Amino acid sequence: MDIKKKIVIVGATSAIAEHCARLWISPHPSHLILIGRDAARVNRVAADLKVRSPRSDIQVIETEFLSSEAIDTTVNSLFKSGVVDIALIAHGSLPDQVECQANLHLCQDALCINGVSPALYAEAFAKEMEKVNHGTIAIIGSVAGDRGRRSNYVYGAAKGLVNRYAQGLNHRFSGTNVKVVFIKPGPTDTPMTAHLKSTGAKLAPVETVARQIVDGIDSAKPVIYAPRKWWTIMMIIRHLPTFIFNKINI
Amino acid sequence: MTSWGRLGATPHNVVPLRDPVDTRFAISHQNHRGVARGMGRSYGDVCLNPGGTLWTTEKLNKFISFNTNNGRLRCEAGVLLRDIQRMVIPYGWALPVTPGTQVVSVGGAIANDVHGKNHHVHGSFGNHVKKICLVRTDGEVISCGPENEPDWFAATVGGMGLTGVITQAEIQLRRVASPWLDTETIAFANLSEFFQLADDSETHCEYTVSWIDCISGVGGRGLFMRGNHADGGGRKVPKSSKLTIPFVPPVSLVNKLSLRPFNMAYFHLNKWKAGKGSAYYESFFCPLDNLLEWNRMYGPKGFYQYQSVIPRRFAYDAIEEMLKEIARSGDGSFLAVLKTFGNRQSLGMMSFPMSGATLALDFPNHGNRTHKLFERLDAIVCEASGRIYPAKDARMPRDVFEAGFPRLNEFMKFRDPGISSGLSRRLMGS
Repeated sequence: MDIKKKIVIVGATSAIAEHCARLWISPHPSHLILIGRDAARVNRVAADLKVRSPRSDIQVIETEFLSSEAIDTTVNSLFKSGVVDIALIAHGSLPDQVECQANLHLCQDALCINGVSPALYAEAFAKEMEKVNHGTIAIIGSVAGDRGRRSNYVYGAAKGLVNRYAQGLNHRFSGTNVKVVFIKPGPTDTPMTAHLKSTGAKLAPVETVARQIVDGIDSAKPVIYAPRKWWTIMMIIRHLPTFIFNKINI
Repeated sequence: MTSWGRLGATPHNVVPLRDPVDTRFAISHQNHRGVARGMGRSYGDVCLNPGGTLWTTEKLNKFISFNTNNGRLRCEAGVLLRDIQRMVIPYGWALPVTPGTQVVSVGGAIANDVHGKNHHVHGSFGNHVKKICLVRTDGEVISCGPENEPDWFAATVGGMGLTGVITQAEIQLRRVASPWLDTETIAFANLSEFFQLADDSETHCEYTVSWIDCISGVGGRGLFMRGNHADGGGRKVPKSSKLTIPFVPPVSLVNKLSLRPFNMAYFHLNKWKAGKGSAYYESFFCPLDNLLEWNRMYGPKGFYQYQSVIPRRFAYDAIEEMLKEIARSGDGSFLAVLKTFGNRQSLGMMSFPMSGATLALDFPNHGNRTHKLFERLDAIVCEASGRIYPAKDARMPRDVFEAGFPRLNEFMKFRDPGISSGLSRRLMGS
């Protein structure tokens, strides 16, 4: 009998997450659990993955992303039928910075969906994985979380929150069999960034980013920059003195 | 935005289509008329809409279902032919028709009714489409196929995206014993030998195509390539190594200095290596797919492709005449392709393939000089009752288009008034 890896993806309609799923199922059939807010959209992804890998088991769960009760119940239920090998927390949305500055409600939504919700999911998985001392929690952050910039600091602050959270979890689980991987994609060619593409922005192919994430999770790297060049770029940006940084319009 | 020929970039309002449900909303709530665009591999303006809207279908990239028993595949319109092939080959299925690049979307393959090296056996892409989901800009959704709403189907296959936005399709795949092909390359000295080889080969070879030396002016010498799927698999899939043309050179690399030695060397090297061989389907069908961004080779002014089809009875004379004109002009390309089409009728009102012989060549854009050559070629095509391929075209005059596509008036009734492209305005007035 096949032993299929049990992989949970929160935010399964995210293009990066979907391409990770394609890579996970293509060599070996897996047990995928796809979690999203809109069952119709998640089912579309599930059907595609089923065609690509008929021997994989693919399950869809529709749930809330901003309710701590819903998150707790959902994650708890996943472990009732056995351990989870990988949990990829991938949901988020790219808000318009200027609109967030003008509208606190939008600002709150952006902070919650990109920061608080992924942290709560990570905590819920951590609780269950700690019990069985097994599993990998992978969280998709962003290079935007490395330093606040005027063009997207609301999004960046939320991603920065998750970055610190992942760092803490990693510390908590050091020396155990629970691994924590934090992923920082650069601007990637996904529906979320489609408006950037039409303005001529250079975006990394989603397939390349997904490949690096899957390989990074496999080797349990604590931090993955994808594509890797963003490690260099962000190191420079993080270390720019404030008087220079403030003169740059980024 | 620009198309594959890179003849010039024009501003567009780009609206990505995210899923088939959203498509209806996205295309019916636009102030400007738009047109769907897949991978932008068309050479001219069929996938452009300067100053208007482009609905990009890249994200409509999901498979819907695949029956491994009967080979019926349902997918969204943005799925690439490459992804279909790679997914179905392990099950012993394949697309019946693959054009010269696999990096095209299903929607684009239907809208241009593309053909492959096996036209004489399997016809064109539309011959294998069983159902299309077409969304109109007024919100109407039309499901059509050869049996269901056949008029809508005939207008949409080869309809250049002008009847609505194709969001989903159902395709009948064909069985293959192996993704490997047994191939043979034979050198020919002139067009008579080419047609003789084509006639002999079509009876027992599924795939035939020829490279032709368009520059030597020595009577149309070339290399005839033919092949069939091998009986069994078991061979190791070759690793594809991809090269990229990294930047646009300041001048075209295809010029009088490079063309003649390249064509001469290519002919003699391959003549020397001619004979039987074996090839993996991807390298046989789409040799240029591993040379990424090869369209940059033609420099900042871009290039045209000129592909025409001539009915069989006039093919010899017309192609000989075209080759003479091209050799005389000194322009031309590394890649000149000559192929015969079989008798299988295309289903689309505006489909390009018809029984005869098709010649395709790239030409660096030298402005007026290139246009003058095209005018001479147009005259030969028209006199021989041929037609020019709209998916490759960026400049044909309206009268040449109208003469080549006699069902144009019938087609116009099915056009979506909310859709317009550079090509439709140039050739159909709106």
